[in-house]
Amino acid sequence: MHNLDSIDIFTSKDLETNQEVRWCPGCGDYAILNSVKKILPDLGQPKHEFVFVSGIGCSSRFPYYMNTYGMHSIHGRATAVATGLKITRPELSVWVITGDGDALSIGGNHLIHTLRRNPDLNILLFNNQIYGLTKGQYSPTSEFGKITKSTPFGSVDLPFNPLALCLGANATFIARTIDKDAKHQQEVYKRAYAHKGTSMVEIYQNCNVFNDHAFDVFTDKDLKLINGIYLEHEKPLTFDSGKKGIKLNGLEPVVINLEQHSIDECMVHDEKDKTKAFILTQFFDNNLLPRPFGIIYCDNTKPTLEDGINEQIASAKIEDKKLAFNALLMTKSFWEVK
Amino acid sequence: MSNSKKQLRDVVIKFAGDSGDGIQLTGNQFAETTALFGNDIATFPDFPAEIRAPIGTVPGVSGFQLHFGDAHIFTPGDAYDVLVALNAAALKTNIKFLKPNGIIIANVSGFDNKNLRLANIEEADNPLENDSLNDFQVHKIDITKLTKLAVADYNLGNKESERCKNMFVLGLVYWLYHRSLDKTTQFIEQHFRKDPSVASANIAALKAGYNFGETTETFTYQYEIDKAETQPGFYRSINGNQAMAMGFLAASINAELPLFLGTYPITPASDILHELSKHKGYGVFSFQAEDEIAGVCAAIGAAYGGSIGITTSSGPGIALKTEAIGLATMLELPLVICNIQRGGPSTGLPTKTEQADLMQALYGRNGECPLVVIAPSTHSDCYEMAYNAIKISLEHTVPVMILSDGFIANGAEPWNIKTIEHLPAIKSNFIAKSDGLNNYQPYLRNPNLSRNIAVPGTKNFEHRIGGLEKENITGNISYEPENHELMVKLRAEKVERVAEVLPLQKFEHGSEESDLLIIGWGSTFGSISAAVNELNSEGYAVAQIHLKYINPLPLNLGDLVKTFNKVMVAELNNGQLIRLIRDKYLKDAIGINKIQGQPFMVKEIKEAILKQLNHA
Repeated sequence: MHNLDSIDIFTSKDLETNQEVRWCPGCGDYAILNSVKKILPDLGQPKHEFVFVSGIGCSSRFPYYMNTYGMHSIHGRATAVATGLKITRPELSVWVITGDGDALSIGGNHLIHTLRRNPDLNILLFNNQIYGLTKGQYSPTSEFGKITKSTPFGSVDLPFNPLALCLGANATFIARTIDKDAKHQQEVYKRAYAHKGTSMVEIYQNCNVFNDHAFDVFTDKDLKLINGIYLEHEKPLTFDSGKKGIKLNGLEPVVINLEQHSIDECMVHDEKDKTKAFILTQFFDNNLLPRPFGIIYCDNTKPTLEDGINEQIASAKIEDKKLAFNALLMTKSFWEVK
Repeated sequence: MSNSKKQLRDVVIKFAGDSGDGIQLTGNQFAETTALFGNDIATFPDFPAEIRAPIGTVPGVSGFQLHFGDAHIFTPGDAYDVLVALNAAALKTNIKFLKPNGIIIANVSGFDNKNLRLANIEEADNPLENDSLNDFQVHKIDITKLTKLAVADYNLGNKESERCKNMFVLGLVYWLYHRSLDKTTQFIEQHFRKDPSVASANIAALKAGYNFGETTETFTYQYEIDKAETQPGFYRSINGNQAMAMGFLAASINAELPLFLGTYPITPASDILHELSKHKGYGVFSFQAEDEIAGVCAAIGAAYGGSIGITTSSGPGIALKTEAIGLATMLELPLVICNIQRGGPSTGLPTKTEQADLMQALYGRNGECPLVVIAPSTHSDCYEMAYNAIKISLEHTVPVMILSDGFIANGAEPWNIKTIEHLPAIKSNFIAKSDGLNNYQPYLRNPNLSRNIAVPGTKNFEHRIGGLEKENITGNISYEPENHELMVKLRAEKVERVAEVLPLQKFEHGSEESDLLIIGWGSTFGSISAAVNELNSEGYAVAQIHLKYINPLPLNLGDLVKTFNKVMVAELNNGQLIRLIRDKYLKDAIGINKIQGQPFMVKEIKEAILKQLNHA
C-alpha cells in the first residue's frame, strides 16, 4: 500500500503534457483521455508510478498526452513490452493503450498470451471498427460486408467478437464501455485498476472521420435504451428503462417483456460466473439481444504472472551473490593446474 | 598381457553411432576425463538434424569429435586418428574424414543385414567384409554381444543391456589412451543413483571394455599423450552457451541490476535459456514468451524499467525481432541481442554452424539503425564477451548484438576460470532517484553520447519516449528535417564512440612485416590460428588478425590493414566481413569461404593462404 504524502497528491490538470493533442476534432479518443485523467488522481497511487504503454494507431498516441511515464512502442507489441515491465517492476501501475487493429490483428498473438498469463495490466482497447491512422481500411472488428478503401466490394471477413476471444483466452477481467458515457467509463476504469490480474476493457470509440456513427445505436438517446444493457453485479438483467429483461431458457438468453413477466424470471448478473460471462459475450452475435456494458467477468482468484515469477525469485534468493557465483563456476567438475 | 606403449603429441577421435546410442554422453565423458588428466582439448558435437530419425539410418547418426594433445589445441581437428562406428551408417557418414592408416573400432552387430539395409548399403558391400577399408587398421569387435555378456548378472532387459554398449566403447578407448575410469565411474554412480542395478551394469560394461583392451591382443599399441603446458589456475570444461549464460549472470551481479531474459526456444540458442532459468536466486527473470517478437519486446520493457534486458535467438528469430531492435535503437535503451548463428536462409540447417548473419546484424533493420556488433572467438570467450556486451550496452545506452554460432555454442574447451572479482566494474545510466528538480531531459547526452534513463517510478522525472523521431535533448516528437538528420548522426556517432573504450587490435600471429594478413572473426579463430601457426613454423610469414569487435571496428585496424599488400578474409559464409573491410579500408581483400554447415578445416585455410603466397 502506498502512503501518499501531500506532495504526491495530484489533479487531472497535472496530467496534461506540453504536447498538443492531435487527434481529429470530434474523435472519441478525447473523451477516453479525459476519463482516464479524471480517475487517476483518485486511485491512491503517486503520479510517477503510472506507466502507459501503447502500440501503433491513433489511440496509441495516448501516452504523449498523459504526464506520467509512457512509451509509444511498435505495432501490436505493447502488451509484450508492458509484460516485461510489469514482471520486473510489479509496484508500478501499468496500462496498455491499444486499438482493434493493434490488439486484435497484428498483436493478436500477444494479446491472447498476455491474458492467459494474467500479469496485472490494464488494457484499454479503443475499438472503432476501422483503421484510422492508415486512413480507412477495414479492421478485424469491422462488420461483414463493410465497404472501405481496401474493401470496395465489401469485406468478406467475419469480425472478431473481442470479449468472447478474450474470455476464450482465459481473461480474468473483461468489461465493455463507450466513449460517450464518461461516468460509466470512469467506473469501469476504476474497477480495471482494482482488479489484480489482466483487465481487458473494450471501449466503443467513434471515429468520426472514417467510420462515423458506428456506435450510434448505443449512444443515441432513444436507441441506446433498447440496444444496450448495463450490467450490475447480482442484479437482474433489465433494459429499456426496466420494461424488458433477459431470461435464460436453459443456456439460451431471450428477451422478455416485464409488463407480462416477473423480474424474478430475469437472469441475475454474476461477475464471477464464467458460464454467464460466456453467455453475455455471445449477445454480440445475436441482433435480437441488447449489447452488454459494464463488468462482464471478474475473477480475482487467479495468480498473476509477476507474483509467480517474483515468488520463485524470492524463495531462491541468494544473499552473497558474488560468493555463490564463484562457487557456481566451480560446481562443474574443475581441476587445478599448478 | 602387456602391450607396447607409443607416445603421441595429439589425437583426434570421432565417436559415431545412432542418436539413441549415447554418443554425446560418451564423448563428453572422454573429454572431461582427458581434460582432468591435463591435456588440452577441443570438442565438436555433431547432432543429427532430426530429433529421432529412424534408428540405424544415415540421418540418425550422431557424432562427437574431440581433439586432445600435449600443446595448445586450436580446433577439434580436420581428420580423425580414430573412428568409433557403432553401426554401418556411422561408418558410412564419417569414413571420409579418417586419416590414412587410422584406427576403426567397428561394432560388428551394427553391420548386420538389417543395419546395412538401413544405411542403404548392399549386403554384398558390407565394408567390414570387403577390402574397402584396407587403408585403415580395422578392429571388428562385437560390442553389442560383449556388452550383453558383461551385464548379464544385473537382470536388465535386452534393450537396457544393449544400451550399456557406449560404456563398453568408452572403457576400451580409455584403455587405448591410458585413462582412468574414476571420473566416469563417479558420473555413472551419480547419474543412475536412483537405479543402482543400471549403475552397476554400466560400470561393469565400462570395465569390460577396458579389460577387453588389456587382455586381448586386438591392439598393438597403447598410446600416451603428455599433459599440456597450461597457465596455472583452476580449470573446468565449458561450452559456448554455458559461458554466455555465466557472463550475463556475472554482469548482472557486478552491475547490481536484475537480469531479464525474454526469449523463445530455438536451436542452437535454447541452452542459454535453460541455464539462466536455473539461477533465479540471483534475481534472474527468465521469460519464455509466445514468440520471438514478444521475447525481445518484453526485454525492452524490462530495460525501460531499469533491468538488464537481453534476448537470445538464432537467425530466423533475429529476423522476427528486427523491428523491436529498431525500437530499442530509437529509444536508446540498453538491450543485448544474442544470435547463435546457424545455417540459413530461412530454416536452413538448424543444427549446423555458419557465420552468415553478419550483414543482418550490421544492416538488417529499416532506416539508419546502427548497433554494436561483437563476436566471441572461442567457447570460453563467450563468458567475457557476454559480460562486455552488457557493459557496453548499459554504459553507452545502445543495443549490442552478440554473434556466436552453433560451433561455439555446443563445442567445449577447458577454461581457466575467471572469478567475478577479475571482471571490470559496470556502471549503468539508469536514474531511479530524482534530484528533487523537475528538470529531466531524456535525450540530454553524456560525453560518450549516451543518455541518462529515468526509470518509471522516479518522482518528478515523468516523460514519454517512443519509436517516432524525437527532438534532440527534450525527446519530444519531431518531424523537423534538420533534427532528423542530427538524430540519425548522433545515434551513429554514439556507436562509433564505443571504439574509444575497446582494446586496440593486436596480431594473433605475425606482424606488419609479414607477407600476408589473414583476418577472421568469431568461431573460425581456432582453425585460422592453427593454419597460420603451422605455416609460420614451416617458414612462411603470415600475420593473423581476429576481430571480436565488428561494429565499431578497433580504431587502429585501418592502419594495420593498410600496411599489407595481400589481405585475406576467412569466414563461414559467402563473403560478408570482406565487404566491410573493402568498404572501410578500400582494400582489395581475397575471401576464403566455406558454406557447408561445418567449421573450416585447418588444411583448407592453409591451402588457400599458400596459393596466394605462391602467387607472389
